[in-house]
Amino acid sequence: MAYRTGYCINTDEGIEVLEILQYEFMINAITAGILASIACGIIGVYVVVKRIALISGGIAHASFGGIGISYFLGINPIMGVLPFSLLSALTIGTFSKRTDVAEDTIIGILWSMGMAIGIIFIGLTPGYAPDLMTYLFGNILTVPQSDITMMLALDAIIILVVYVLYKEFMALCYDEDFSTVAGIPVEKLYLLLLCLIALTVVVMIRVVGLILVIALLTIPAALSREFTDDMRKMMFLSISFGTAFTIIGLMLSYYFDIASGATIILVMSSFYLLHIIIKKWRTISEKPFEV
Amino acid sequence: MGKVIDVKDVWLRYKDLTVLEGVNLSIEEGDFLGIIGPNGGGKSTLLKVILGLIKPQRGTVEVLGTTPEKARHLIGYVPQYNPSNLDFPINVREVVLMGRMGKKGLFRKYTEEDHAATEKALETVEMLEYSDRQIGELSGGQRQRVFIARALVSEPKVLILDEPVTGIDTMMQMEFYELLKKLRSRVTIVMVSHDISAVSVLVDKIACLNGKLHYHGSKELVPEDVEQVYGCPVELIAHGVPHRVLHKH
Repeated sequence: MAYRTGYCINTDEGIEVLEILQYEFMINAITAGILASIACGIIGVYVVVKRIALISGGIAHASFGGIGISYFLGINPIMGVLPFSLLSALTIGTFSKRTDVAEDTIIGILWSMGMAIGIIFIGLTPGYAPDLMTYLFGNILTVPQSDITMMLALDAIIILVVYVLYKEFMALCYDEDFSTVAGIPVEKLYLLLLCLIALTVVVMIRVVGLILVIALLTIPAALSREFTDDMRKMMFLSISFGTAFTIIGLMLSYYFDIASGATIILVMSSFYLLHIIIKKWRTISEKPFEV
Repeated sequence: MGKVIDVKDVWLRYKDLTVLEGVNLSIEEGDFLGIIGPNGGGKSTLLKVILGLIKPQRGTVEVLGTTPEKARHLIGYVPQYNPSNLDFPINVREVVLMGRMGKKGLFRKYTEEDHAATEKALETVEMLEYSDRQIGELSGGQRQRVFIARALVSEPKVLILDEPVTGIDTMMQMEFYELLKKLRSRVTIVMVSHDISAVSVLVDKIACLNGKLHYHGSKELVPEDVEQVYGCPVELIAHGVPHRVLHKH
């Protein structure tokens, strides 16, 4: 099925680009990239507008504990990450709402505690830990079909929840006090939002690894904010940016044989920085009163 | 005329700091009450207690004959100016629609009725033509009008305003106060402010809060109260306004 893609292409270059689509791993990689971009495009918008990138980083890093425990128990690491990231999301959320400890203190503690648990369990596991680097830094070229199915399911959950609770999440992110007075269960919804971040982290681990998750979660959304004031449009735009950057990064990493997760992140951050520089340069050169 | 808000012997401590010391306050239907007092005197905290956002350690709060939580859908709240989310991707219409959420329940989409109520509220505050503007593109005064519309859109019985003119220039402040005058026949209003002269012209009852609340159910302030609250004598006569706040002396 895949080899029919090159069918009508006449130029040599075109054939070369499409040839890589013959490989099933490449199709899987692109699918994984798109699925991850959907999750982080939607949830990333909330992370950016509510300014909770640090919490997201905490959830992602803490979920390393789940990877360690999975190695120890000999199960699929993604299966360990899922409950662990949900648990850390709920813990960070509950502590920051219910106690008077500063939120960033809680995040810092959970962040390193999760990683410490992971390190101890990996140490306890006999032999060496295969694919450990995959979970830390991602390897989009080795995503198996089973993970694609799971990513698809998680994407479906994220889309469904955001669809039905769109106005509530928007209100919660914009003005918590008003939302409480308006009668919506702010704390529960906030915890739910953190859980969605946790699910997104799980979707993204295969693509960029848990160390690099924050970039994928924030850059496409932050870039899309530059082009629209509408939250829905931001989501669609950031999904498109995420997809484009992931595929560009994937191609570069394939041709130059370099780490895919890191390449994707570098592509994204370069585009974002370039945009900021161009924008700055334009505002300087457009100053009307300058002689 | 019924009691709208009834605060009885409310005490609130944050760690070592006593913020509210035995506050008693009862607000009647149709009142326009101004609460003044120095910064850190507990004004915003008292509002949050009335809204049920903070639980006092001692004392009771009744709003419209029930708990603040149950009365929330009858309260229109205009929170203190928060400059941190000016660049939030939300437009004027979406901000005002938020006020309809309490009526909807979760999972429901906004209906024609909600949109109609939103238009009406925006018309009341004369901001309808700005419906599609991003919230940060408005001036401070315009934004505050939008927040009033958001509070009004749920057709509340009480309007609670926390320092509504902070960060607004004087001209816009006057317009804003005109709007409040227009609204006072419709709802009971409680406004916290540190702008004593403006408050004294506008409202019909004044309370002074600095941990303890000084309130006599009227507009006239007892000089001793004010001195005690602010810790020094305060000039209370607004310039150019033919109105006396203090007793003759």
